[in-house]
Amino acid sequence: MTATSTTVERTSESPHFRARERFRDVYAHREILANLIRKELKVKYAASVLGAVWSILNPLVYLAVFTFVAKVLGAGIPDFPVYLLSGLLAWNLFSSSLTTGTSSVLDNANLVKKVAFPREILPLSVVGVALVDFVLQSVVLFIFILATYGFRWPELALWPLAFVTLVALTVALSLWLAAVNVRYRDVGHLLNIGLVVWFWATPIVYAEYQVQSLAQGGTGAFLGIDRFLLYLLNPLTDVVAGFHRALYGVVTPEGTTTPVLFDQSLAWLAGILAITLVVSLVALRFTWAYFFARSGDFAEEL
Amino acid sequence: MTAPAIEVRDLSKRFRVFREKPTSVKQRVLTSRARADEFWALRDVAFDVAAGSTFGLIGHNGSGKTTLLKCIAGILRPTSGRVLQRGRLAALLELGAGFHPELTGRENVYLNASFLGLSRKETDTAYDAIVDFAEIEDFMDNQVKFYSSGMLVRLGFAVAVHVDPEVLLVDEVLAVGDEAFQAKCIGRVRDFQREGRTIVLVTHALDTVREICDRAAMLHHGDLHALGHPDDVVREMRYVLLGVTDPGFVPEHGTREAEIAEVQLIRADGRGEGPVNLGEPLTIAIDVRMNEPVDDLDVDFAVLDGATNHPVLEARTSRAGTDLGRFEKKRVRFKIPVFPYAAGKYWVTIGLSDHRTGHLYHVQTQRYMFEVHEYPQVQERVEVPVEVEVEDL
Repeated sequence: MTATSTTVERTSESPHFRARERFRDVYAHREILANLIRKELKVKYAASVLGAVWSILNPLVYLAVFTFVAKVLGAGIPDFPVYLLSGLLAWNLFSSSLTTGTSSVLDNANLVKKVAFPREILPLSVVGVALVDFVLQSVVLFIFILATYGFRWPELALWPLAFVTLVALTVALSLWLAAVNVRYRDVGHLLNIGLVVWFWATPIVYAEYQVQSLAQGGTGAFLGIDRFLLYLLNPLTDVVAGFHRALYGVVTPEGTTTPVLFDQSLAWLAGILAITLVVSLVALRFTWAYFFARSGDFAEEL
Repeated sequence: MTAPAIEVRDLSKRFRVFREKPTSVKQRVLTSRARADEFWALRDVAFDVAAGSTFGLIGHNGSGKTTLLKCIAGILRPTSGRVLQRGRLAALLELGAGFHPELTGRENVYLNASFLGLSRKETDTAYDAIVDFAEIEDFMDNQVKFYSSGMLVRLGFAVAVHVDPEVLLVDEVLAVGDEAFQAKCIGRVRDFQREGRTIVLVTHALDTVREICDRAAMLHHGDLHALGHPDDVVREMRYVLLGVTDPGFVPEHGTREAEIAEVQLIRADGRGEGPVNLGEPLTIAIDVRMNEPVDDLDVDFAVLDGATNHPVLEARTSRAGTDLGRFEKKRVRFKIPVFPYAAGKYWVTIGLSDHRTGHLYHVQTQRYMFEVHEYPQVQERVEVPVEVEVEDL
């Protein structure tokens, strides 16, 4: 047997949060994370003939349906299916991670009470499952765009930035909600209402430019903050705008008769996204620390 | 000398028991904290577990054994005190942790193994051995929702015994499966011992503790009640379970005006040793010596089930109407025509007392033991008349 020098001390104090140490701990238990994600996916498609094809079918149906419905619904937005889907996929990742992630510790009460492993893995596995769906569906969207319109590269460079920001934001909020939900079961209900508001506060089904023109056309500021800036304070707006610019911006280049996207330069949007990413990472640092501090009591409170 | 694998220092754990747990903001605001009752599951527990040794942890239900194990494993956070633990640890608190009914046996093995700290590669290596151990190779690609509960337990155990830690915590999971499977499990624990791993075993099977542990501890209402050699701790445990409140185990006590000189458990064929077959007669012969003349001497015995520690059979001379009178030395035979209780180990307690005052002259608590073996037989009689015979020596 190999001798290890690992010595663990357990006291009443909750251990000090060190991001790198926590990251290493979670990484050391990556098998559990991978297995949990695999389990969820297998359970999701157990006893279904098509399996993961269902995941891919979903955006295909969206594309097909909205190609027709857009004539009525998406008035003013050309190529509405691509506009809708490029934002909606990001939203789906975000909202499904938060909804399932919130109850992830509660749902696995039995594991938490009986097995010692980094609790972060539970919400992380939920985000992981949503990520698999997101990637599958994004591939469908990519192929559709590629086949129909072709790509322009400078805009596409925004995609990785938007993606990383989205993941950081999603993980940060999932960790926080999962930890709070152990003590206050209201969180789940509150979240459902919150997500409805959040969805409509994000330019997914309506054109970004509509908001910009409304905000800038109106009178002055709200609480001293520029109203357009206020709208951009919603981090998901920035993320979705990034995805729009990367994917939809290609399809319908700016300068068409009715502007759809924010009337701003690519660099401006990249800057906004970078700020959002930094804010998300800082948030992640704190929500993770909160989750870690609370996780010592999970087994007791469930 | 190497450092202990586990050091427990003044460990205490308090649970708050809410009459109605406030789990929403509204309840939290409306409920004052005073409504939480406090309950100490562990109080100032301290002991070491030497590296490479096997440590038994016993105690009645609710004595804090599992809480202690969870504190060592890092599942629960101590209220005060600390635990130092060296080396890679695996805690078996539940068989088949993470098992999902929709997954196949194979998939569940990998999932469960990762919770016990095995990497995918290690699981690959151990996979055949795991399947062999569980004895269900034909069903590994079936979803476990189609498994019988016995198969599930065997699969869970098979994964559990293939873990590769330096320190292994086992909670009560050895007590599963049929006898053959249990023997296999004990065999596996012995392998672990040979490989020099440290094992902490929580169990109700006191004989297992005596058989395989190097040291043992007994918890009693959260206190460390006894710590030491397994034989002593187990004896203490039996003593406490009998409901006697005296602290400390006293195997023999009494004022010795009358004394138990010798006790023989005589089997059907006259042997004084070896197993008793189910349904066969058993004679408990007690030689009593009187050191000072006393009247109203009462000789009694009690047979206790080794597994449950419940008295299953008792008899005393006074109740049978036998007056022993004054004597120098006498042999009292309690003849049990059939011993109808299930296979297992039984302890015998012998007592000499004054049947009027209850004064104890000499008591030997669970000093004698015999084992009942089962063989096919129709069991008809339940009533057990006990005959008493006294002769002068």
